[in-house]
Amino acid sequence: MSAAPLPIPAVHLDRVSRVYGNFAALRNLSFSIPTGSSVVVLGENGAGKSTLLRILAGLVSATCGKVSIFGSAPREQPRRLAYMSHETMLYDELTALENLHYFAALQPSLLTPEQALREVGLDPALPRRLGEYSQGMRQRASLARVLLTQPDLLLLDEPFSNVDVASAQHIVHLLQRYVQTAPRTLILTTHQADLARPLAHTVITLKAGQLAP
Amino acid sequence: MNYARHVLIHLRKDLRLEWRTKDSINGMLFFTLLVVVVFSLAFDPTAYPTIARQISGGLLWVALLFAAMTALNQSWAREVRNNVLDAQRLVSAPASALFVGKALSNLLFVSGVEVVLAPLFTIFYNLHPLGQTWLLLLILPLGTWALVVNGTFFAALSLRTRSRELMLPLVLFPISMPALLAMINATTNVLTGEFEPGLWIKLLLAYDIAFSTVCVLLFDTILHAD
Repeated sequence: MSAAPLPIPAVHLDRVSRVYGNFAALRNLSFSIPTGSSVVVLGENGAGKSTLLRILAGLVSATCGKVSIFGSAPREQPRRLAYMSHETMLYDELTALENLHYFAALQPSLLTPEQALREVGLDPALPRRLGEYSQGMRQRASLARVLLTQPDLLLLDEPFSNVDVASAQHIVHLLQRYVQTAPRTLILTTHQADLARPLAHTVITLKAGQLAP
Repeated sequence: MNYARHVLIHLRKDLRLEWRTKDSINGMLFFTLLVVVVFSLAFDPTAYPTIARQISGGLLWVALLFAAMTALNQSWAREVRNNVLDAQRLVSAPASALFVGKALSNLLFVSGVEVVLAPLFTIFYNLHPLGQTWLLLLILPLGTWALVVNGTFFAALSLRTRSRELMLPLVLFPISMPALLAMINATTNVLTGEFEPGLWIKLLLAYDIAFSTVCVLLFDTILHAD
């Protein structure tokens, strides 16, 4: 009787390093994240959290080592992963709905822009441009963009930065619901460990580009 | 068909952003009007109609070239703000559609300025072209496309450099030299009527085809570079 094949992890890093000039943002990082896990990455400023997420999203290449997302290179999985940075990644001059219509038209989206906005608690009919939104609303609009494709892997860089506690809790509840409805993987970086704790199956702490013991 | 749809989506977005901010158009109009007025004060075009015809082609393209710089820098600045460019890198739509959409929007912005500039030029420099005027309808779009297609590409290339406003003209001018030569000579030939501009127009067309192809093929590499 042959053994069942091991499931492919959502994320696998094998001795990954990233060097900028003389500065090593990540050093020899190795770990796997199984599909369906929610991982919170903690660490001080400059610990390598954002670099790690950007490498997983395929926005930055590793200087050395191997990164695989669902068994392939990150850039080969644009439809299965979504990345949200601490900036909105949306146009300030457009409304949230216009922004989402634009991005929905550029990729196969499972939610309509209106559905995605309602999902994050924003009114799609709001006529204001994104630049006139509060920081919390901007963050939620940004989250709506990544939810459009209903990705299997959600990479969120500091989703609670510059938002008040109520907005942060709203985001936490939303993410909890998102990962519970299907076997989806969530990787989130934050400084606010207390806020993210209800989400975390696993907590990873980075220190100077390495896993802290 | 799908590719054309993606190009239109990017084009529509850029036009909408420009309509709301008027960042590029206002800067370009101001700059070109400044050039037209200042040079018309430097000499009397009515007293020297031959000189006016001989230098107007060059003046027109100098004004358009510098005006285009404003639009080109602005068009990518919008993508860098709020890190939207990273979102563009992650969508599954072809990267070159973003480039083509942006180049087309820049073409429309500069063409809009040309529409305002052409009658002003005619009045300020008292121009009566002696050649086949209709050829300007070929030369202006071909020349403008040569400027914006390279400009859009090199503006994207210089996005990650520290002083990108300075980098763009430094890279763009030498590359655009053959096109500048062709567009200025073709325009001057139409205005003076002394020579046939056909050869220059063909050169401009060949330049446009060659550089458009190279830019479209290389844009994916530029967008996804670390």
